[in-house]
Amino acid sequence: MSAARTTTTPPPPTSSGGRLKKTGVYVLLSVGLLVMAAPFLWMGLSAFKTDRDLTASPPVWIPTEWTFEHFGELLDRLDVPLYFFNSLTVAVLVTLSNLVFCSMLGYALAKLRFGGRNRIFALVLGALMVPGNLMLLPLFVLMSKLQLIDSYAGLVLPFAAQAFGVFLMRQFMQSIPDELLEAARIDGAREWYIFWRIAMPLVKPALATLSILIFLGSWNNFVWPLIATNDPGKYTLPVALATFATDPNQSDGSNGMLMVGSLLIILPVLLVFLVLQRHFTQGLATTGMK
Amino acid sequence: MSTTTESVADADADPVKSGPGADSPSGGRDHRKQRPVAVQHMAGWLFSTPFLVLFAVFMALPILATLLMSFTDFGLRNVTDPFSAEFIGLENYTKLFEDEKFLKALFNTAYFVVVGVPLTVGLGLVVAVLLNNGIDRARTFFRVGFYAPVVTSIVAIAVVWRFVLDPSDGLIAGLASEVGLTSPDFLGSEALAMPSLIVMAVWRNLGTVMVLFIAGLQAIPPDVREAARLDGASTWQEFRRITVPLLRPTMLYTTVITTIGYLNVFEEPFVMTQGGPSDSTLTVSLAMYREGFNFFHMGYASAMAYVLFVVIMAITVLQLRLLKDNTK
Repeated sequence: MSAARTTTTPPPPTSSGGRLKKTGVYVLLSVGLLVMAAPFLWMGLSAFKTDRDLTASPPVWIPTEWTFEHFGELLDRLDVPLYFFNSLTVAVLVTLSNLVFCSMLGYALAKLRFGGRNRIFALVLGALMVPGNLMLLPLFVLMSKLQLIDSYAGLVLPFAAQAFGVFLMRQFMQSIPDELLEAARIDGAREWYIFWRIAMPLVKPALATLSILIFLGSWNNFVWPLIATNDPGKYTLPVALATFATDPNQSDGSNGMLMVGSLLIILPVLLVFLVLQRHFTQGLATTGMK
Repeated sequence: MSTTTESVADADADPVKSGPGADSPSGGRDHRKQRPVAVQHMAGWLFSTPFLVLFAVFMALPILATLLMSFTDFGLRNVTDPFSAEFIGLENYTKLFEDEKFLKALFNTAYFVVVGVPLTVGLGLVVAVLLNNGIDRARTFFRVGFYAPVVTSIVAIAVVWRFVLDPSDGLIAGLASEVGLTSPDFLGSEALAMPSLIVMAVWRNLGTVMVLFIAGLQAIPPDVREAARLDGASTWQEFRRITVPLLRPTMLYTTVITTIGYLNVFEEPFVMTQGGPSDSTLTVSLAMYREGFNFFHMGYASAMAYVLFVVIMAITVLQLRLLKDNTK
């Protein structure tokens, strides 16, 4: 403490001490990253291993012999294209409906002055805090009553308009200058035209962020699709894989097939994420900081 | 009608724009504003309607229905005929607190939160600070790496982790055997199953917390740090006296959302251990799921859901109070 007091000038950032510190930071982060990545690497490599390599002790990281046999085996036993299609359809529908509905309400909350606005916003904030599991049971009863179990509608509707999407869109809509909208209003533009043709194009980055977050949430969603589908023909990819993995008659406990299945769920998402990662963190930071 | 004008005033009280005509210099401008306000009022409601309808049917209604169901003996037959369920008052709730399984589930959930939340928030903060200090070039690379588990499917993650933890040919077993140790049966042991799930959850959620902390760190003005350094503060002092206090709002937020998430923990035990061995990883959400969808005791399960909900609300309010008071 007293030593620090005697130092009157700050250490320049490029001093040897700073460089040493920097190296230390790099080492720590690299170790951390390796731990984070290990399960992914293990999965990716195991998908290409022969059964002998999979059960080898001590385990082998790099396959001694690369094989695609588990891909074929899994595709024979599990209708992966069908489940892929189901997941994709549901995710696309959920994303589109959120893009429209969340933007509409987000725009209204940010840019339209109307009675009840504050109360609706309070409702949105409240909805953010309600745990999803609270609604599962009546939602299942409701969907049974509406005969929407085992249908895309049953999988899509409960997620068609999500509160966090409204929150995110409201944040971004607020950044649009009022003068711009006011000018359009004075020119006689209808509110829908202003929203669709002026506001929406201005928040394209936000729409990208929202699409990614919602699409991903839907793609990875597990609990509701598990409940809302009984017919294997309507399973989404995660439900199909989980069912497959826990049924020893089907999977024979074969690690290889399960690794392939996991890879097929994760890979598309991971690729999208790597390309568009800026939007993920941006969305999270935006909804998180306010 | 009277409510309409009242609500318009309510909306106009919003600081975004001043009240109607309050500081308007001319009456003529007031006259022009008259129409847009009415139009905006209409438009506002029309723009809100789709969300509100979906919200009412698929969220508000189920939330309310859960509450009602929790006072009934709602069972399998009531799925097709909901209104024949019988009102039984508080019976479900009183039964809950004599149900050893439920009490165990409460304990397990508390365990998960008490150990998991500090680990997740703490490690997330450490990684964020490391990324923010001294790393410029590889920042994106590391951030993406640490965030990747967040975007991946729990099912795929569970499958992989089961093999990582497998006592005979898993990754950890292999590493252990190289140094002459034998790996414990992580998921098969009553003592180790829950800690294993916690490690997995920390691994999976670290990235979320990290990103929020990075955003918080970047909001700290650089001259504040500079001033501290000019005054001769060490790195540690700078962290303790500058970074931590200024990060309080972020810390509050990440703690609260992580706690809420962990109180709801369902997927990890469901796909990894199904609550076993001997209910050592049975959480409240999992117990609710079992009662509701395996045994179709939906009234009873609804009572569980509401107890959990009340616990979550109480803890969130408590955290907001405690942590917020510290900042001021």
